[in-house]
Amino acid sequence: MCSIPHRPLRMERAWRERDELGAMSSEQNPGEEGLNGQDEAILRDPVEEASSPASLVAVFGDDEALPLDCGRTLAPWQIAYQTYGTLNAERSNAILICHALTGDQHVASPNPVTGKPGWWELMVGPGKTIDTERYFIVCANVLGGCMGTSGPATRDPQTGKPYGLDFPIVTINDMVRAEARLLDRLGIDTLFAVVGGSMGGMRVLAFASAYPERTFAAIPIATSARHSSQNIAFHEVGRQAVMADPDWHGGRYIEAGTRPVKGLSVARMAAHVTYMSDEALHRKFGRNLQDRAGVTFGFEADFQIESYLRHQGMTFVDRFDANAYLYVTRAMDYFDLAAEHGGQLARAFAGTTTRFCVIAFSSDWLFPTSESRALVKALAACGARVTFVEIETDRGHDSFLLDEPDLFSTVSSFLASAARVRGLSEGGAR
Amino acid sequence: MNATVPQGRVDLELIASLVPQGARVLDVGCGDGALLELLETSHGVDGRGIELSQAGVNASLARGLSVIQGDADTDLAVYPDRAFDVVILSQTLQATRAPRRVLEEMLRIGERVIVSIPNFGHWRVRLQFLLGGEMPVTKNLPYTWYDTPNIHFCTLRDFVNLATTVGARIERKVALDAGGVRVPVNAPWWLWNLAGQQAVFVLRKDR
Repeated sequence: MCSIPHRPLRMERAWRERDELGAMSSEQNPGEEGLNGQDEAILRDPVEEASSPASLVAVFGDDEALPLDCGRTLAPWQIAYQTYGTLNAERSNAILICHALTGDQHVASPNPVTGKPGWWELMVGPGKTIDTERYFIVCANVLGGCMGTSGPATRDPQTGKPYGLDFPIVTINDMVRAEARLLDRLGIDTLFAVVGGSMGGMRVLAFASAYPERTFAAIPIATSARHSSQNIAFHEVGRQAVMADPDWHGGRYIEAGTRPVKGLSVARMAAHVTYMSDEALHRKFGRNLQDRAGVTFGFEADFQIESYLRHQGMTFVDRFDANAYLYVTRAMDYFDLAAEHGGQLARAFAGTTTRFCVIAFSSDWLFPTSESRALVKALAACGARVTFVEIETDRGHDSFLLDEPDLFSTVSSFLASAARVRGLSEGGAR
Repeated sequence: MNATVPQGRVDLELIASLVPQGARVLDVGCGDGALLELLETSHGVDGRGIELSQAGVNASLARGLSVIQGDADTDLAVYPDRAFDVVILSQTLQATRAPRRVLEEMLRIGERVIVSIPNFGHWRVRLQFLLGGEMPVTKNLPYTWYDTPNIHFCTLRDFVNLATTVGARIERKVALDAGGVRVPVNAPWWLWNLAGQQAVFVLRKDR
């Protein structure tokens, strides 16, 4: 399958233990890795999942085309989603959760492809910070993704083959437009809250800017109103790694019967480094060697950090489509909310009545606190009700997915007070 | 009204009495948000807070307030000119790195600025320094010199001079003695500066 030296069983077990300790995680949830043979039988094929998802899916026909920023329209198209909890009679308790780059709609239930728990089960669930007994949670796979929403891995109804690079380039705004159409379909006029981290946070901002009247509260976490030059650079490294893999076949790898696993895993390895802080890496791995007494004077994974990254790369390719990675990273690169509003970020939120809670992590160098402060400044300039918290942690960008008590207490306090203003009863749906 | 100000902070009640109904208010260093909540419930203000500590931010959030985690030295810059009717800084100016800049920033973003400060010219402080020859430690200023957060002490007189320097007009001033009782309004300046343990000023800058 992949020629990267790799000793699956022993190494994966080692990292599984680490993940369970919460010592390190991928951008996905640090959950159970392994499955026994019996469970494996029920895991879904990712190629199939891209067109016929196991989750709910809303299909829009030729008469419901989705206009895109690139000038093209998409029709027919579909958006795959999950819901948790119950929409109340007033339809006022809905929370849209926006997943990050490689996330999906399976927030709080097992992922059908990997069998792992939902990616934000620490935050979302019965009695959790985002309480599914109180709120109605909607989470959709992004446009351009590979978990059932229209994207490059989806079968083009015209040809019966995967779109590949024939799929139009999509933007964060396009993704948000698709999510708004889903909310229309679900009969949700106004969201109680829209919540998300990283690229999910970008969509929170794009949604709140495009649909202020539909957004009562917004919680953008570890994010920015634009992708920085450095962030674009890291994404370009990842895309070049994918496209340099001969198994990529100009994006037509599914028809060729191959998969660019080498390129995609290298892309994931490079990206994964950006999700962690130097301090956390040093604390967890240092210069420790992987199951050996000394260096081997070769290019095997001598160091634990190498072994860990290879593991992250390998598990990623099993669940994610390489072309989708190109498309979704590109959408992030193109995001610049200020540029869309004459260079003034404040204009993106002029007159807003949405209550914002902006959260940053002190050791996040991918979306540093300064980006959040610029956002807070713009919101304050509009007179918006904005709360800003910088959470002290050494765990880097990934902190938003981890067990960070200050994150939970901030979100919890903010939602509770917003719910009071919104007139949501303690029981929510009941 | 369920909001109350913390015990022993007589200056907060005094500040609240100086805030007009329905004002847009920024409380810089809002702590657990008690004053802002009091102002929102009793004065119908549209309140915002700045607070450095995570505990204070969480407590303020729980009260339903909008709070920016930050401090007076760096984070007033996020607000546009005249964003607020009233900007409050209670018992914090002496702990800022650049009090003059902080005061100027507050005058920029607020129509009116309410500042409460401890008086380093209070007679007890003067007596301790004069007789003991050591940096004073009082009930109101309980820190030793080496661990105090208060890095820019001033007397009431010094503060008035600063206000003049930055071009602010003092609209109102109230000094409280050690028992929290107001020093008479018509008392001469020297008495204010001697008997006032703390004072609250309402400043405004004409533009």
